[in-house]
Amino acid sequence: MNRKQIVIAAGGSLLGAFVLASYLYNEQRENEMSAVALASDSPLEREYSQSDGPADAKVVLVEFFDPACETCRVFSAHVKTLLASHPGKVRLVLRYAPFHKGADTMVLILEAARKQGKFWETLDLMYEKQPQWASHHHPQPDLIWQFLPKAGVDVDRIRRDIQEPELVAVLNQDLADARALGVQRTPQFFVNGKPLLNFGYRQLKSLLDAEVAAQYSR
Amino acid sequence: MTEIRNEPDSSWTLLFVCWLLVAGATLGSLFISEIMQLPPCSLCWIQRIFMYPLAIILLIGLFPLDGSVVRYALPLALCGVVTSMYHTLLQLGIIPESAAPCRQGVSCSDISLALFGFASIPVLSLFVFSAVAGLLFYLKRSGLR
Repeated sequence: MNRKQIVIAAGGSLLGAFVLASYLYNEQRENEMSAVALASDSPLEREYSQSDGPADAKVVLVEFFDPACETCRVFSAHVKTLLASHPGKVRLVLRYAPFHKGADTMVLILEAARKQGKFWETLDLMYEKQPQWASHHHPQPDLIWQFLPKAGVDVDRIRRDIQEPELVAVLNQDLADARALGVQRTPQFFVNGKPLLNFGYRQLKSLLDAEVAAQYSR
Repeated sequence: MTEIRNEPDSSWTLLFVCWLLVAGATLGSLFISEIMQLPPCSLCWIQRIFMYPLAIILLIGLFPLDGSVVRYALPLALCGVVTSMYHTLLQLGIIPESAAPCRQGVSCSDISLALFGFASIPVLSLFVFSAVAGLLFYLKRSGLR
């Protein structure tokens, strides 16, 4: 071998090792996450978790999200499209993972709005106005208050309710569950306990479509 | 160009070993941040600034063997030694936490990964920078130019 071949072989081996290690690492991580998600005491969903769709749906799509996360905002529309494409077969469960600083206030506002039966309206509003209150990953929770009346909520009541310890308990439990499941980024999707690690809209759609097909084929 | 033919094979091999160490460290750091998704702290970033260019400069110096690469590579490696030494001492608690330059984001004194129980990221970085600096210094002394 001449010098050039030696360097090409060495560089190629390093790159090959990198690709192989990445593949093995992701596979192991996926196995670990599924093991926790599919255990009998799975932290994937709690009694209190906000859910949308028929209770007897055989496919459960769990989304860990952050109201200040821009990708979550983009994916909220995708998720609606996906749910609409499988009417009655998929139930969406939303879990909080407010990894951005200040986003925990948004979660408390969402939970307070939920007490008024306005969870989805408030979430849609938050996403719609996200560029204003959370531009460039710097959430400024104070900016959301001016928009909240548009969701049809009693803002004064929300200001009082976000102090409630039970709301904080929900937030803390969701964060603890996210940690237990190994959620590192948002949005993190689980389809019947299978984590979506190779992230992307097409990947989410194919994972969900495959699960629906498997559950409703017979 | 005629000089090259007179260079002993060992000089080329030593420079190649330097590049191999640096290329391995570069891919390793990318694996930790991009695949394992551990965000680099500010001191890690400074070490990357000294490490990544070495991967390119040393490779250029190999074809054809160009001794002057030592002039450009050694200062980078030495800066890397200083930074990773500081980072290692910070993690060991020899430099107090309050002296840590980063307050927001990822803490430089937290040990988020340790191979074999002792080789944390700055220790690995210190190892690679020291080895490369040592080899380059040897090449400089042995008259590769």
